[in-house]
Amino acid sequence: MKILVPLKRVADPDNANKVKVNAGKIETTGLEWKPNPFDEYAVETALRLTENGANPKARLGEVVVVTFGPKETESTLRQALATGADKAIRIDATDDQLDGDVVARALKALVEKEKPDVVLAGKQAVDGDSNQVGQLLAEYLGWPQATFAGSIKSEDDKSLLVGREVDGGTINVRVGLPAVVSVDLRIVAPTSVSSKHSPAHKYPEGVRFAALMAIMAAKKKPLTEMKLADLVSDAALKITYTGFELPPARKAGIKVASVPELVEKLKSEAKVL
Amino acid sequence: MANILVIAEMAPDGKVRKSTHSAITFARNAGGTFSILVLGQGAKAAAAEITGYGAQKVLVCDDAYLANPIVERFAPTVAAVAKNGFDVIAVTASSFGKDLAPRVAAKLGAGYAPDISGVKDEGGKLVYRRPVFAGNAYGNCTLNTAVQVVSARQSEFSAAEPSGGSSPIEDVALAAKDAAAERVEFVGLDAAKSERPDLGEARVIVSGGRALKEKFAEVLDPLANMLGAAVGASRAACDAGYAPAELQVGQTGRVVAPRLYFAIGISGAIQHLAGMKGSKTIVAINKDPDAPIFQVADYGLVADLFNAVPELVTELKKATA
Ligand SMILES: Cc1cc2nc3c(=O)[nH]c(=O)nc-3n(C[C@H](O)[C@H](O)[C@H](O)COP(=O)(O)OP(=O)(O)OC[C@H]3O[C@@H](n4cnc5c(N)ncnc54)[C@H](O)[C@@H]3O)c2cc1C
Ligand SMILES: Cc1cc2nc3c(=O)[nH]c(=O)nc-3n(C[C@H](O)[C@H](O)[C@H](O)COP(=O)(O)OP(=O)(O)OC[C@H]3O[C@@H](n4cnc5c(N)ncnc54)[C@H](O)[C@@H]3O)c2cc1C
Repeated sequence: MKILVPLKRVADPDNANKVKVNAGKIETTGLEWKPNPFDEYAVETALRLTENGANPKARLGEVVVVTFGPKETESTLRQALATGADKAIRIDATDDQLDGDVVARALKALVEKEKPDVVLAGKQAVDGDSNQVGQLLAEYLGWPQATFAGSIKSEDDKSLLVGREVDGGTINVRVGLPAVVSVDLRIVAPTSVSSKHSPAHKYPEGVRFAALMAIMAAKKKPLTEMKLADLVSDAALKITYTGFELPPARKAGIKVASVPELVEKLKSEAKVL
Repeated sequence: MANILVIAEMAPDGKVRKSTHSAITFARNAGGTFSILVLGQGAKAAAAEITGYGAQKVLVCDDAYLANPIVERFAPTVAAVAKNGFDVIAVTASSFGKDLAPRVAAKLGAGYAPDISGVKDEGGKLVYRRPVFAGNAYGNCTLNTAVQVVSARQSEFSAAEPSGGSSPIEDVALAAKDAAAERVEFVGLDAAKSERPDLGEARVIVSGGRALKEKFAEVLDPLANMLGAAVGASRAACDAGYAPAELQVGQTGRVVAPRLYFAIGISGAIQHLAGMKGSKTIVAINKDPDAPIFQVADYGLVADLFNAVPELVTELKKATA
């Protein structure tokens, strides 16, 4: 199985409360770049789907990672190569040249060149929080989509049984390949991903880390660069941000000393009981 | 003045989901006129519920092909109806809405504003407000296409109340099927049966974190029952299996804004705050006085939850007796 994983870097999401707004523009200065967590999960998922769990060295497919970003985003791609991805593509662009729609249209053109069986995206980039690229791409390709995947079972390399985390439960669908799948948080639990090549294998919780040797070896793996214009003739954005602002601050609360005091406050001050 | 098409979402019980009322509020706030499209098996019966909200028309596509929420089956009909003179297509940003809306946008060549929290008409152009960076900033944006698609946050667009009148119901035909839909087989829906209100609609939510361990339900259920509350959870509690995944509140789970929110044994990570900061009154119970949750709590109690929660149930019984 050949899998394409779009991978975005984001400003450190654990410090998102440190973003600044200056003259109506977002500034993330001082925040470290990190791979979008959902995309790291997608890489891990792709690796699990293309290996024999009992023998991780034996690859049973190919994982290609792609990012849209400036030169320095290559380090995010190298990290993915070091954990096991086979090749990487960087499409040169800056954040303000992109919206979800351009990313999806460019990915469509890339899919037509690379011909993966599955595109495994994150369900959302945790900076823009848009939750759109996978779905847009699926429609542009005329492919089925399985969004918010919390579990994936590759039954026969022709279809995937996907457990989708939705409001109120899990919807199980079987999608015929090729398809777009976007992954949710629980996909990196120990038994969320299985394939006929490694039935019932139990993985460590979370994503794998690269060994030092692998980091060195990743420097020799192929990383190619493309221009946005190589993929889309019309790079016009469909969305324009006219300005950003900080949210209104919440007024400071108080500490109560006891449970009876809490109940009293809820009753007579907040009047919510 | 925009002519808006609101997409209603049907629940498995054949009714229109309450979340749809948020998309109706969006349409009212945007100004102009709107119609509602109800699609699904049994849509005709469901449509009768929403003729009193001021829509020009309630359009109905009632077909067994739409029995399950497979968006590849819905998108062609939504797009076909949209082409009858609608400028904006609106869904509520539920999991179904977020699954469907981008597909419709791509079909129409439309721009998409996801998960918006506000809308304003500025000189005939709609300006959408949306949270980014886990709600730590808000962006104002416009779409550069004539036809536009939006998903509206349920927690920010309060449920529309009926406005009287009776919108005429009109049937619409199922559009030609997409080949992509043939490659999706609905296997089933696993949903825990619950008598509790949905997280998106609850007036009170009792949420628990990693600290509750295997006692999650044992400790929280009596409090939730007492208050008629929905139960929520942090990611850590869901990941550990103490609570089902669909209860997760946060940036990447459900975004909620009830009148009263209890965060019990939850530290208050950025991702959790993003999903509940909009609540009217927040109560935090945590044994760590420095837990970040206290920065957003109106009332904080530093205590061991295993003592405090049962005591709270007892005190509430007294107070409301
Ligand atoms: C500082 C900053 C400034 C910005 N300025 C503008 C602006 O001026 N105008 C504007 O329209 N937008 C702007 N953006 C938005 C942003 O560049 C695009 O919206 C973004 O690339 C598309 O991501 P999304 O949030 O829509 O993705 P989502 O739909 O939330 O992402 C889903 C998945 O798609 C894939 N994906 C998304 N983006 C990429 C990517 N770049 N590379 C690889 N995979 C990807 C990932 O798998 C991801 O998990 C800005 C963003 C930032 C951080
Ligand atoms: C991509 C991504 C997305 C995420 N999305 C979400 C999301 O949507 N929602 C979400 O919630 N998280 C999300 N997270 C996770 C988030 O970063 C935190 O890890 C998580 O919220 C922590 O959960 P917690 O507060 O239950 O656990 P902890 O941080 O471990 O906190 C437990 C708290 O319980 C207190 N405690 C312990 N024992 C007791 C006791 N006996 N009595 C009282 N208090 C006690 C401790 O003092 C502590 O504050 C996401 C993370 C990532 C990477």
